[in-house]
Amino acid sequence: MSRPYYRPMPGTWWLTNRAYFLFMVRELTSVFIAIYLVLLLILINRIAAGPDAYRAYVTLLASPGMLAFHLIALAGALYHSITWFSLAPRGLAVRLGERRVPDAIIAGSNFAAWVVATLVIAWIVL
Amino acid sequence: MATLSNIPAYEHDVLVIGGGAAGLRAAIAVAESHPSLSVAVLSKVYPMRSHTVSAEGGAAAVIKSNDSLDDHIDDTISGSDWLADQDAVEEFVQEATPELIQLERWGCPWSREPDGTVAVRPFGGMKIQRTWFAADKVGFHLLHTLFQTSLKLPSIKRYDEWFATTLLTDDGRCQGAAALELRSGTLAAIAAKAVILCTGGAGRVFPFTTNGAIKTGDGMALAYRAGVPLKDMEFVQYHPTGLPGTGILITEAARGEGGIMVNKDGYRYLQDYGMGPPDPWPRLRGMELGPRDKLSQAFVHEMRKGRTLKGPYGDFVHLDIRHLGEEKIDRKIPFVRELARRYVGIDPVRDPIPVRPVAHYMMGGVHTDKHGATTLPGLYAAGEAACVSINGANRLGSNSLTECLVFGTRAGKGAAAFALEHKRVNRPAAEARTRDEAQRLTRDLIQNDNGNERIATLRTEMTTAMEMGAGIYRDEGQLRRTCDELAALRERFSRIRLDDRTRGFNTELTGALELDFMLDVASTVAYSALARTESRGSHQRTDHPKRDDARFLKHTLAFRTGGEPRIEYLDVVITRWPAGERVYGR
Amino acid sequence: MADQTITLEIFRYRAEQDSEPTFQRYDVPYRDDWVVLDAINYIKDRLDGTLSYRWSCRMGVCGSCGMMINGVPKLSCAAFLKEYFPNPIRVEPLANFPVERDLVIVMDDFIEKLGHVKPWLIREDMPPLEQGEFRQTPAQLDVYKQFSMCINCMLCYAACPVYGLEPAFLGPAAIALAQRYNLDSRDQGNAQRQAVLTSEDGIWDCTLVGECTVVCPAHVDPAGAIQRAKVTATVNWYRDVLLPWGKR
Repeated sequence: MSRPYYRPMPGTWWLTNRAYFLFMVRELTSVFIAIYLVLLLILINRIAAGPDAYRAYVTLLASPGMLAFHLIALAGALYHSITWFSLAPRGLAVRLGERRVPDAIIAGSNFAAWVVATLVIAWIVL
Repeated sequence: MATLSNIPAYEHDVLVIGGGAAGLRAAIAVAESHPSLSVAVLSKVYPMRSHTVSAEGGAAAVIKSNDSLDDHIDDTISGSDWLADQDAVEEFVQEATPELIQLERWGCPWSREPDGTVAVRPFGGMKIQRTWFAADKVGFHLLHTLFQTSLKLPSIKRYDEWFATTLLTDDGRCQGAAALELRSGTLAAIAAKAVILCTGGAGRVFPFTTNGAIKTGDGMALAYRAGVPLKDMEFVQYHPTGLPGTGILITEAARGEGGIMVNKDGYRYLQDYGMGPPDPWPRLRGMELGPRDKLSQAFVHEMRKGRTLKGPYGDFVHLDIRHLGEEKIDRKIPFVRELARRYVGIDPVRDPIPVRPVAHYMMGGVHTDKHGATTLPGLYAAGEAACVSINGANRLGSNSLTECLVFGTRAGKGAAAFALEHKRVNRPAAEARTRDEAQRLTRDLIQNDNGNERIATLRTEMTTAMEMGAGIYRDEGQLRRTCDELAALRERFSRIRLDDRTRGFNTELTGALELDFMLDVASTVAYSALARTESRGSHQRTDHPKRDDARFLKHTLAFRTGGEPRIEYLDVVITRWPAGERVYGR
Repeated sequence: MADQTITLEIFRYRAEQDSEPTFQRYDVPYRDDWVVLDAINYIKDRLDGTLSYRWSCRMGVCGSCGMMINGVPKLSCAAFLKEYFPNPIRVEPLANFPVERDLVIVMDDFIEKLGHVKPWLIREDMPPLEQGEFRQTPAQLDVYKQFSMCINCMLCYAACPVYGLEPAFLGPAAIALAQRYNLDSRDQGNAQRQAVLTSEDGIWDCTLVGECTVVCPAHVDPAGAIQRAKVTATVNWYRDVLLPWGKR
């Protein structure tokens, strides 16, 4: 007789090994980025609402809780970006003539572009 | 139609037993030539596990402009030590090229020349390069191409993990098989108008073999028990380069690409055995590209002279491919490098590979004509399970995969034609016979209480006896002892006891069935070898060292009786190649 | 050296007598060149013939012997005892599949999915065999070669948490196989496979965990196959939407 046994995945599946855990951390960074985005939208709204509203919001943003959040969100964004660019070669198989462009170059050029964009924006803002 | 109590029954036009290259090719041939016929592929493993998958080197067919059909025929016939049926070889060579092109059309990723045409490599015993290859995993690619192609044909029905236990015959015709569904443990009757056996060889009757677990000669035994003779069973090919201990295959392609074999003194010993001179190298049909039987025999001589190296699994020699360079190794024979690193812990780019001859291929098998038909109407066979014979006393490397395709197609077409002409099968007889078989399995195996023999014990003793008596060199005394040992093991088999008495996925039961088949097959090997008092190809008798064409330019036929097999002989078909001397090296 | 042993803890389940699986411990001889499969064969031959499992080639090419070894999907013919010795080794059937018995999983779903992606060469025209082979340069072969190496061992499905949570997901090997044909210069079946790949539970279920590529014993890189399929599907979508008159 045949009566197969089913082993459902437990809710704690992502705690069972390191690769799964890091994957979930990467995915959860999106939560922090989403919250950051909301705060950014509120900032824009406050700018439109006038100098008093803007100054009050900036004071709020300088509070320890908000700073802590922004540091965590920055770390999450960095982690996300690093993993994203490292995985870019997975999706892009570029061929030059006979050979395939090595993964390191595809990832490397993404990182390089990221650094350049960061420097340009920093120069504009600062 | 009502069936007898709990015997499920199915009916098809053609039943193919075995899902490797030959079986899948046969099924595709039936499905494409006659889409209205229902064709079943029944295999004890999922088809992509079939042993075809482990073939590494290549498949031969004439394709380059410097080659000719006659050259391929000539190489094959002389390679066979003139035991191959020449009319069959001629037709085989003619159909080889279209078959390999057909595979290419189905997507097989053959390795290519820079201009996009199919590439070929040198292989043993062939004077011109004609071995098509796919890196060094040709069997894997061929099998997956065939399996995936078979998925597009709706008339092919698969019975995956079903184990055929006996053929069903009625009215002098083969009408199907009784088969065990592994999952449920239920025996069913699969009635069919024609049956094709594509179950491969039986390397597992030997202790050291390139063959995987499933190569237990099932189809050979099924035919044998149905009254069909097994032909040329004494001819067992030892592949010269298997890894010591595991027996894992290191492809002939390593030598085709220029690898050399040296003894403990670093000397290329093959030059002492009629395959020299050592240079120029690489050179077709010389030295390490000589035929497999001679290379394996040379090893035994070196061993007796004390010139082989010694290791934990016995004697060995070195296969040296260092001079090929890392780039060429990674491009042409990457799997060789991977296997050597994983299983013997050496990197062949830096160190030579330890190798020794291991049992590899059965030239013999179910006796068929050149269309795959056996002496039992409705029963066909193709591939390693069959013996046409195109390989005679020794097969050339890379002829086997092509053989599976050519004769798989022929058997498929023959079976389809037979099914169209014989529309009736006797269902009640099939079901009754299956019910008897179900009772036999229960009584004699699952519930057997009259003894305590373990499967593994009997199996080990069988392989030891076969190694002693039916190895590379044989003599009458050893062979007689082996025959007696096999008879004793057959008697002890009736007292076997299984630990596993459950039904669902009982692999101890299938292990017992396989041992049962192997004991039959092994005895045909031993008795056929005993009867052939000459040396030819891979069958070497130290007490009869010469080839004797006057008495033995014939095939051995082993028929089942109540005791030892009855041996008869059948003339070899000679057309344009009178028996001559095999010359290699020069 | 002679008498060292190692312990294997093996998942047991027989529907006829067990309602729940158990683990059974066996002590086997330790040899430094043995793989887990050798140890399991020893158990079946000498200690307990009731243990059921799949194996055949024992050289890593047939794909039969995939199992969870200390929680990691591996081919038992490629997992050496010396990597674990002297600690015990836990052997279980491949994750994310129903268990038929002991170490044998039910692979019906996998087989069905392989067939679902139309894994055969699709062409509108098929010239007669006399015209010889299709030309395909080594560079063209290289484009899809890696994806043709899949041995159907299902380790990638055992490693994929998406497949574990959503069994309807097409899965790494099936998508890699589709890509093998899509990228083959001789094939003309991209459009036919697109529908399957971009359907619900096709490539878009993949969240790029990447473990499939990590466990693959044949270096197929199924994660790469899936991400490339996503890029292709996206480009095709934009092209079909923005340039509908260009549809073939």
